[in-house]
Amino acid sequence: MKTYYNPDDLSKFGKIGEFGGQDLAKKFFDYYGETFKDGALTEREKSLIALAVAHTMQCPYCIDAYTADTLAKGCTEDEMMEAVHVSAAMAAGVKLVHSVQMINKAKELMM
Amino acid sequence: MSNPVKSLKAQKSQLGESAFQLKVLNDKELLGGNVPLFRDKLEDINLFPLKPTKLEIFQINVGKMCNQVCKHCHVDAGPDRKEIMTRETMQQCVDIIAKYKFTTLDLTGGAPEMNNNFRWFIEEIRKVDTDIKIIVRCNLTIILANPKYHDLPDFFKKNNIEVVSSLPATSASRTDSQRGDGVFEDSIKALQMLNAVGYGMEGTGLNLNLVYNPAGAFLPAGQAGLEKEFKRVLKSKFNIEFNSLFAITNIPISRYLDYLLVSGNYAAYMEKLVAAYNPVAASNVMCRNTLSIGWDGYLYDCDFNQMLELKVAAKAKHISEFDYDELSNRSIIVNQHCYGCTAGAGSSCGGEVA
Repeated sequence: MKTYYNPDDLSKFGKIGEFGGQDLAKKFFDYYGETFKDGALTEREKSLIALAVAHTMQCPYCIDAYTADTLAKGCTEDEMMEAVHVSAAMAAGVKLVHSVQMINKAKELMM
Repeated sequence: MSNPVKSLKAQKSQLGESAFQLKVLNDKELLGGNVPLFRDKLEDINLFPLKPTKLEIFQINVGKMCNQVCKHCHVDAGPDRKEIMTRETMQQCVDIIAKYKFTTLDLTGGAPEMNNNFRWFIEEIRKVDTDIKIIVRCNLTIILANPKYHDLPDFFKKNNIEVVSSLPATSASRTDSQRGDGVFEDSIKALQMLNAVGYGMEGTGLNLNLVYNPAGAFLPAGQAGLEKEFKRVLKSKFNIEFNSLFAITNIPISRYLDYLLVSGNYAAYMEKLVAAYNPVAASNVMCRNTLSIGWDGYLYDCDFNQMLELKVAAKAKHISEFDYDELSNRSIIVNQHCYGCTAGAGSSCGGEVA
């Protein structure tokens, strides 16, 4: 069955430079690699953040990749699920905070 | 998937046969033709045929009997396995150790402690070589399995043994999913017993190292990060200390191969191994400085080749006809499972190699 997302495509990500913009691709992957190294945050913490962002962005490739990565880094099921809840709570909060605008506008229009 | 209660061999599974495992590993259809031959990868970097650097580590598998039936076990060990090294073969090993200078003796199994001659063997080795580093790959739960094993920490200490033990996670659920129900709880108790006699404690010189094998179809992350996390959690939750953590990649043979096939992860796992192939790790693989001896005295390039029954490519294939020079110049036998030792930072019985 054909779908817009093909799991096999994840392994081709590193080859996007072949189509053009090789220098830009290299700069991106170097930056990406550096970003995920141990720093003020550990690689493990960064991986959990990436897992949450993967859900926020609803990227199937990233969800597959960072599920495997967090498992490999020894994250527990609870930690992984809590990261997703942070993503969900933020998404809900982003929606709900806009209700202030709705309330303001409604108050402006209502008698 | 619950843990098996019997070995693949006792279940009469085809995957209990080494020839069938090799057939699966070389079946291109199962992989969609995506996996190049490992030997070609070595040829690309002028490493084929793969040759030993120096024989330094003498790794002896003293038997396949074990009190656990782990889902990933490459030995297919368990309580139903009766293959055990005899005292006669052990004596032949002692004689070789006395004659040649190896830096390390690495005892593995099964649960090596279940061999009735285990303690005698260690004491005999210590008589002929007081300096050699002796490693025992202790599964931890054996210490609690029977009162006759409760004093193992003291025995290890008395004989200056380095203890290397598997712990795939700091949580019970993930540990037990790989190693069996209740294994995490008993492993924690055993680690506390080892700490109590000084193992893993600063200044004692008694080394306690942990092995991390992923509990699933994924590769291990960097060893340093995992070690840091394991130290933090084990100390804060259980007041346990240890020296180093070795991150080891699961090799796709025996029960782990069975798990990959049954769970539908085989092709993707092999692709991950190949994609993560690291030529630097390839040049540092452990079979270049290790010799593996089976329970029946036959010689192999590594414990994995031993389980695949790939004996050394030498005229002298048995400990009774040990030929140091010939073994030092042999060609190491490689096959598709070798990708497991060359992925990422590489993998050996001592963890990363690159």
